[in-house]
This record gives sequence, structure tokens and C-alpha cells, in this order.
Amino acid sequence: MAEPGLLTGWGRTAPTHAVSVEPGHLSDLRKLLETADGSGLIARGMGRSYGDAAQCAGGTVVRLAHLSAIGEIDEVHGTVEAEGGATLDALMRCTLRRGWFPPVTPGTRQVTLGGAVAADVHGKNHHRDGSLCRHVTALTLESPGGTFEVGPGKDPDLFWATAGGMGLTGIVSRATLQLIPVESELMVVDTDRFGDLDSVMAAMEEGDDRYRYSVAWVDCTSPGRRAGRSVLTRGDHALLEQLPVRRARALSSGIGDARLKVPRRLPAHPLNGPTIRAFNEAWYRRAPRRRHGELQPLGRFFHPLDGVADWNRLYGPRGFVQYQFAVGPDHADVVRRAVGLLSQRRLPSFLAVLKRFGPGDPGPMSFPMAGWTLALDLPVGPPALPDSLDELDTMVAEAGGRVYLAKDARLRPDLLAVMYPRSPELAAARRRVDPDGLLRSDLSRRLGID
Amino acid sequence: MLDAFGQPQSIVVLGGTSDIAAAVVDRLCAHRCRTVVLAGRDAGRLASARDRAATAGADRVAEVACDALDVRGAPDVVDRCFDAAGGDVDVVLVAMGVLSGRENELDAGHAADVAAATYAWPVAAVTRAAARLRDQGYGRIVVLSSVAGVRVRRANFVYGSAKAGLDAFALGLNEALEGTGVSVQVVRPGFVRTKMTAGLQAAPFATTAGAVADQVVAGLGTAAPVVWAPPVLRLVFGVLARLPAAAFKRLPG
Ligand SMILES: Cc1cc2nc3c(=O)[nH]c(=O)nc-3n(C[C@H](O)[C@H](O)[C@H](O)COP(=O)(O)OP(=O)(O)OC[C@H]3O[C@@H](n4cnc5c(N)ncnc54)[C@H](O)[C@@H]3O)c2cc1C
Ligand SMILES: NC(=O)c1ccc[n+]([C@@H]2O[C@H](COP(=O)([O-])OP(=O)(O)OC[C@H]3O[C@@H](n4cnc5c(N)ncnc54)[C@H](OP(=O)(O)O)[C@@H]3O)[C@@H](O)[C@H]2O)c1
Repeated sequence: MAEPGLLTGWGRTAPTHAVSVEPGHLSDLRKLLETADGSGLIARGMGRSYGDAAQCAGGTVVRLAHLSAIGEIDEVHGTVEAEGGATLDALMRCTLRRGWFPPVTPGTRQVTLGGAVAADVHGKNHHRDGSLCRHVTALTLESPGGTFEVGPGKDPDLFWATAGGMGLTGIVSRATLQLIPVESELMVVDTDRFGDLDSVMAAMEEGDDRYRYSVAWVDCTSPGRRAGRSVLTRGDHALLEQLPVRRARALSSGIGDARLKVPRRLPAHPLNGPTIRAFNEAWYRRAPRRRHGELQPLGRFFHPLDGVADWNRLYGPRGFVQYQFAVGPDHADVVRRAVGLLSQRRLPSFLAVLKRFGPGDPGPMSFPMAGWTLALDLPVGPPALPDSLDELDTMVAEAGGRVYLAKDARLRPDLLAVMYPRSPELAAARRRVDPDGLLRSDLSRRLGID
Repeated sequence: MLDAFGQPQSIVVLGGTSDIAAAVVDRLCAHRCRTVVLAGRDAGRLASARDRAATAGADRVAEVACDALDVRGAPDVVDRCFDAAGGDVDVVLVAMGVLSGRENELDAGHAADVAAATYAWPVAAVTRAAARLRDQGYGRIVVLSSVAGVRVRRANFVYGSAKAGLDAFALGLNEALEGTGVSVQVVRPGFVRTKMTAGLQAAPFATTAGAVADQVVAGLGTAAPVVWAPPVLRLVFGVLARLPAAAFKRLPG
């Protein structure tokens, strides 16, 4: 089925028109790749990347909705093989009741395995476990130049170019994932509140290693010294022995989050400066100063926003951008300056997310690098926003850092090669599997990724 | 490609020697714009517009010869502009136009030329550009209209009527393009001090090419079908448009 229409990323900016196709079988997918013309083709998962990575103006967008089967869990090795269109949500529901959990989960479960590989996604456990592709043992890649079976030990150049390669090496049709064993569907969570950025960062440096999962939410909207006050949540999967008797029931696929929906008709700008500021204030005040050992359902801990369907529509018709950057451990000052800049210019950001990264994956385009990452949700509209983000780009680039392409919708193109100095390795892999340059996205066109 | 803020990386300017267009190009090149294609009739003025764009930061500037009196030739000019861009075209800016005055208002040949350069040629060119952008899957067409077309006045009614037509055409086309990823935005400047108005007495709320360009750039970040420059003219013309004819006639200018 071919369906023409407009597509955007999760941020709902820069819509472009393409024909979406959903191949019913692998053979249809092969035929698509073999008959592709020069108008461009790219894979699209759940469209949870914020910018223009999963769209291709005037070309073809391939969705793997029908290639989403999840195989049996190999209980000996703790691995599972699934098709590229399987969502992490489905995967989690399947594996959890058998006592297994995905090795990495981003802030939403509504992503596909293919999309998660293409962005080499990270989770709250990056400081310990690295990003997703470190736990991928094998991939099948469908490219214009053929079918490629790759893995860390088999054609590693192509494997790692695909990990974070934003779909530009081909379509991941299958992947084998190493799972982690869990004993329950609950998390043991410690929450701590900090009045400023320095103290939360110090606490993270000192104590993150004691937890598998850690992330801080930072308020960037308060003026002056209060900018940077944070709530740090850290946790681990609860062991059976940590559960009170009444909750120590058998594992189900209970993920547990609220089901809310954003009403269809919205006021013009529901999430704007004042409402965002008020929200951040309320959220900070609601958090306990210190609460340790709390049991939380998985969903609430990992994917607090998944309970609100279509929450991205809350930003109104102009949409929003997410700006996420990473800098090395010696450049914590960039985090401080970024928070300061937003607060000073009164650019509203809805709950910024701060996290410590462990060492990066070997992929040339993989985003995470040892140090700090800060992610900011910023509604489009304030006239000072575009130039302010350009300034942040410069700061980040000068510190040897980079921005996350899965979130990007506006990076200065000349900085791509600075932030991703190994991007020629992606280009080399692409020439090999896609000699005619048929794979293209709006992102690759905008940033000149060849 | 257009980024999240509607900032282009490439632009085709029809009327590439226009003062307002030059100010727009300056600003866009200070941001993301690197490819600029200028269509115009005068080689000397085109060359200086090219140099100005290069100074502003463009690294690929091309010139395309065109004569707006050759209405049938408009689609071909647009095709040559797209080819010269050598890739995606993010924005097409239409800055073509000839002002009419009292001195030759009964000269049929002059009226024909004003109508051709201000209305017919832009209509043909924009139609072609819309088709090219639709195939491309996205793009923004910015049409410099004028408040002169909002309520047509005695002083320049030939020009004003052409702008009224162009403005209505652009709004209609914008609706027709819904769902294609392509949009048309009408910009309605008031009196702007440029070579087009040199020697004329300035009207109230007179502004500069730079100020209009600021509005054009800001407009790229929105989906608003109409942008006024300066913005206050929206209110002013909201009133003027409803003024009885007798009162409107007595207004100065
Ligand atoms: C609320 C929210 C929270 C998030 N939190 C995190 C987080 O904590 N950590 C993190 O890393 N990311 C996070 N993200 C980003 C998200 O995980 C990535 O953008 C992910 O790539 C989205 O997957 P998707 O299936 O929606 O892919 P899409 O957004 O549809 O596509 C993303 C990229 O993957 C490519 N792609 C899709 N499917 C395939 C395939 N089968 N084969 C090859 N390439 C493919 C596309 O071409 C595109 O380049 C978050 C996003 C949201 C909305
Ligand atoms: N200035 C104002 O007060 C004002 C107000 C509202 C709207 N506008 C509109 O804004 C646009 C730009 O105007 P401007 O103020 O920047 O004036 P301008 O510099 O005179 O621009 C007009 C452009 O049209 C071109 N042109 C006219 N006839 C042509 C023909 N036969 N063939 C090829 N090109 C032709 C001009 O080329 P040459 O350089 O070769 O002459 C010039 O590039 C116009 O559409 C105008 O109507 C202007």
C-alpha cells in the first residue's frame, strides 16, 4: 500500500511530502530497494525522532509495520531476535513475563527496534551499560546493494556505521538483542532534590555508579541562582526479596502507566513561557527532598510521558525542537552555561534532562560520549531561539562535544563534520552498500551527510 | 532543506536585482542560506547583486537572465533557476514588479507592461515554481504583494490592480497546495524607500528594505498566509479597506 502525505518528526516542525509504503513481506522490501529511483528512500519507525531523520521529501518512506515479529527468547543466552518494525513496547511486554528486559530503553517505549539501532539509543543506564548497539549481537540490513548480515564480529565497519547511522546504510529488517534478567516489574527508586546545578552534578559524579539507572530533571526556567535546581531519580530493578509479600506476584507484562489523551481541540499555544514556568515550579515543589527505596512501576520510572498519548501536540501548531548535546567530563561548564543562557534569555524549556554518559560505542555516528548530556525541549516561537541554539552549537563544538541527530532539526550544517569527525566512515560504508546514493532523508539533505 | 524555524539553505529570487530582495538575501545568508539564484534583466545590476550575496555568505550564486515582459517565457526561466540551484530549492522569492504613475495612466502599452511584469509574469512563474516544489515535496514561495493592492488608489491603480490580482492568486494557490508540503506566503509592504519609489513622496508608515526583509525572514518561521510590513499596516488597512469611497479619495498621497 502506498500512501502519499505529509510527515514530520515528533517535534512537528518542517513537514515534507512523501509516499509511505508498508511492505508486507521481506520480498516486497527487497523489490522496493531494487526498483528505487533517484527520488530518495528512507526507513521510518514510530516517528519518535524529533526532527527530520525519518522523512524524505519527494521520495519514499518505508515503514516496517508488517515486519514486526518477535521471536522466541533464547533462555540460555538471554537473547531475542525480532524484526526491525517491532516496537520496544511490544518487545518489553513479551520478554518481561519471562523475566527478561531490554538492555537499554529510551525515554519512550514507542520506538521500533530499527529506529533504536539507527539512533544507537541510550537510556538511563548509559553510565553503566552504554548504548543499545553494544547489546546487539547481529543485524540484517537490507540495502540497495544487497542484503548484509552484520554484527560486532562480522563486517564490523558496516555494523557500526549502521549503529547511529540514522537509516542511511539501509533498512534494519532483523536484529538480535542481548537481554538482561529481571526478577520483577517494579523498580526501587531513590529520589533526591537539589537547589542548584552544581550540587546535583556532584551527587551524580559521586553516586551514579551505585545505581544501574540515573537521570536528573533540571529546571532551566527559573531566574538567577534557582536556575538549575533539579530532581535526581536513580534506581534498579527490584529483586524479589525487596518486594513486600503482597506485591511479589509472578511477572506479568504489567508495565504500568497512566492512559491519558490530549484533547483534539487545543488552545493555540497551550505550552508557552508562563505555563512551562508554572509547570516546572509545581513539579519541583512536588518532588520530595529525599525519598529512598520507593517501589515504582516500570512505566512510571522509564517512560513517564508515554502515559499521555500525543503529548507533543501540547506545544501547539508551530511545534517544538529538542536540543540534546553531549560533552566530555571536563566540560561540565557547558552544561552550566547552557542552563544559564536559557534562564537569562527567558527561553522556556520544559523539564530539561541531565545525565552522565559512560564511554561511547565504537560507531562513527553514535551520539553518546563519556561525560554529560543535557536535553532541552523548546517550543518554537521565541525570536531569540534560533540564534541562541546556534550559540550553543558553537559552545558544544568548541568543547569537542556534539548534538544528537535523532533530536536535531536545525544544526548548523558546517558543524556536522566537527561534531562527528568520523562521519567519512559512514560515507564509506554508504558507498559500498548504496553506490547510487538512493538512501536519503531530509536530515541527510539538510546536513549534507553523503 | 528548511529547518525547524523555516530558515532556508537555498533561495531562488525572481527579480534578483530588487532592493528588498537583496536585503532578504543578506539576512538569510547570515543564517543558513548558501545557494542563491538571481533572475533579472540587467547584467550589471545582477553582477552587483551576486557580489552582495557572496559577501553575505552565499557560496553558490547563479544568475539567470529573464525579461518579465515575456510572460510565456516565465516557466522556462523558473526551470533554469531550479537547474542552476543544483539541488533542493527551499524558498522562491518573487520580487518582480513595475510601479505605475499618473503620468502615463492612459498609455495602453505602459499599462500592458505593468500588468505583465507585476501580475502576469509572476503568476506564470509562481505556477511553475509551485509545480517544481510540489514534486520536491516541500518549499515556500514568498510573494511580495503590496498594500497598494489591498485598496487600490487613484495614484497607481494600474500597479495596484496588478498587485490585487497577484495577491488573490497567491492566496488561492496557497489553499490549492494544502497537503503538498508547499506553501505560498503573501507579504504586503507599505511604502518602502527603494529604487522603485525613488523621487516619490513617502507615504505614512514608510519603511526601509531592511525592515521589510526582517518581516520576510520572521514570516518564514510561521505558516501565516499574510505578512504585513510594517505589521501595523494590518490594522491601518483593516480600517482603510472599509472606508467609504468618497472619504478614501480625499486621503492625501
Ligand atoms: C519522549 C521521547 C523520549 C526519548 N528519549 C530518548 C532517550 O532517552 N534516549 C534516546 O537515545 N532517544 C530518545 N528518544 C529518541 C528516540 O529514541 C529515537 O529518535 C528513535 O530513533 C526513535 O525510533 P523510531 O522507531 O520512532 O524511529 P523514527 O523516529 O521513525 O526514525 C529515526 C531514525 O531511524 C531510522 N530508522 C527507523 N527504522 C529503521 C529501520 N528499520 N532500519 C534502519 N533505520 C531505521 C530512520 O530512518 C531515522 O533516521 C526519545 C524520543 C521521545 C519522543
Ligand atoms: N518599494 C515599495 O514601496 C514597494 C512596496 C510594496 C511592494 N513592493 C514590491 O516589492 C517588490 C520589490 O520591489 P523593490 O522595492 O525592491 O523595487 P525594485 O528594486 O525596483 O525591484 C523590482 C524588481 O523587478 C524587476 N523588474 C521589473 N521589470 C522587469 C522586467 N521587465 N524584466 C525583468 N525584471 C524586471 C526589477 O529589475 P531591475 O532592477 O532591472 O529594474 C527589480 O529586480 C516588487 O514586487 C514591488 O512591487 C515594493
